[in-house]
Amino acid sequence: MDEALLRALTPAVTGILVRRGADFAAAEDAVQEALVEALRVWPDDPPRDPEGWLVTVAWRKFLDAARADTSRRHREVRVEAEPVPGPGETADDTLQLYFMCAHPSLAPASAVALTLRAVGGLTTRQIAQAYLVPEATMAQRISRAKRTVSSVRFNQPGDVATVLRVLYLVFNEGYSGDVDLAAEAIRLTRQLAAMISHEEVAGLLALMLLHHARRPARTGPDGRLVPLAEQDRSRWNTRMIAEGVDVLQAALARDRLGEFQAQAAIAALHADARTAAETDWTQIVEWYDELVRLTDNPVARLNRAVAVGEADGPRAGLAALAALDPALPRHTAAAAYLHERDGDAVTAARLYAEAARSAPNLPERDHLTRQAARLNAQLRG
Amino acid sequence: MAKYLLLKHYRGAPASVNDVPMDQWTPEEFAAHVQYMQDFAARLEDTGEFVDEQALSPEGTFVRYDGEGRPPVTDGPFAETKDLIAGWMVIDVETYERALELAAELSAAPGAGGKPIHEWLEIRPFYGAAPTITE
Repeated sequence: MDEALLRALTPAVTGILVRRGADFAAAEDAVQEALVEALRVWPDDPPRDPEGWLVTVAWRKFLDAARADTSRRHREVRVEAEPVPGPGETADDTLQLYFMCAHPSLAPASAVALTLRAVGGLTTRQIAQAYLVPEATMAQRISRAKRTVSSVRFNQPGDVATVLRVLYLVFNEGYSGDVDLAAEAIRLTRQLAAMISHEEVAGLLALMLLHHARRPARTGPDGRLVPLAEQDRSRWNTRMIAEGVDVLQAALARDRLGEFQAQAAIAALHADARTAAETDWTQIVEWYDELVRLTDNPVARLNRAVAVGEADGPRAGLAALAALDPALPRHTAAAAYLHERDGDAVTAARLYAEAARSAPNLPERDHLTRQAARLNAQLRG
Repeated sequence: MAKYLLLKHYRGAPASVNDVPMDQWTPEEFAAHVQYMQDFAARLEDTGEFVDEQALSPEGTFVRYDGEGRPPVTDGPFAETKDLIAGWMVIDVETYERALELAAELSAAPGAGGKPIHEWLEIRPFYGAAPTITE
């Protein structure tokens, strides 16, 4: 069975139900039920017209639920007719779903869950597995999110920036379970880019492609984190890099720079270097300057300090680092790296061990611990 | 979202404010306590923040490898063990502040006299996933 097709059809089917008069929450529930049924029925009995099948089944689920609801409340079912959807409206409906699911009134995790279900066509179970929580918890998170956006009018114009933040979160938070969330984020961003012409949507798509292209080289066979400078660049996906660069260049040509384009430009400069030594750090520092100007993000400043260390030498990097708040995440790790480059293995080893203790995740902790252990072994001679 | 472990100790945490052992409570006080814990977990499930909850028997044994072909060595329990874990709850929340708020709420479960126990809970963050974009 083509699960990818099923997922791709999901937002359009929800849009059709909404246009027929269902409210968003009820339509989304009905489509989810139809999806679960499709996953059960299609493998043995694939439909000739998958979209038609989904619309029919989802509409029936919706009517059943509406009738049950009505008999509970002794009210009339008002939506019984099946007006034929007008042509050409599907893309707009899908776009509305993106805005709705990323509505600013939602907490980020709720927006992520709702987007993956309503736009991405994942089941609650798959989303729960990906985020390592019980299915009942994820079901509640989604249903609360739907209550929060229930007063939002479906045809209200939305904010692209909020949608991009949600897609960025899906991509960046790693992946686990059966669903590859990074690939899913790329699919959803690609779909969005096909619907609206917006330089930052393209910027985010380019950023994702350029990072995803490096994924095979990012972890060693034992699962360890391989830093950019040590990655086997022959394992980078060159076709994906080429696509990312094309998308980025088209976006930059519009001359409306944004943070995702700037980040993608940095990723593109890394992708462009055949070896780590050939990296154009001077240009990378310039892009970090742009990024800091655009976002004033302390993490961008920290990464800029590391890039300065590469472009102008470790002393310059340490000077840039000294201007930043030492409580910033990865500040100690950056200091350790720059001290090692500066030839001070004793300080570097101490700082690597310190950074390991405050690492935000296991792969980084292990990486920093190995760096400390490597230097300590050298120092023992 | 970030996951946190709320650890409850039989021993090892500082003394609670309302520090009357459970076997001294009235049946009503006991029932009120159990109800509070169930309601708390149900509320967390409803907010989409519940992950797991388990209780542990206080009886434990220490065990270690003793070499090829030899049975594992067991020892204990040791009366002098300072830290004895009673159970835990795992929550998945938006912020650290929210985790503290929920831990405090759990610590307010009623005990003797129907008054909050003010029990000390240990809160420990889980390691998250490594982010894709770091540079």
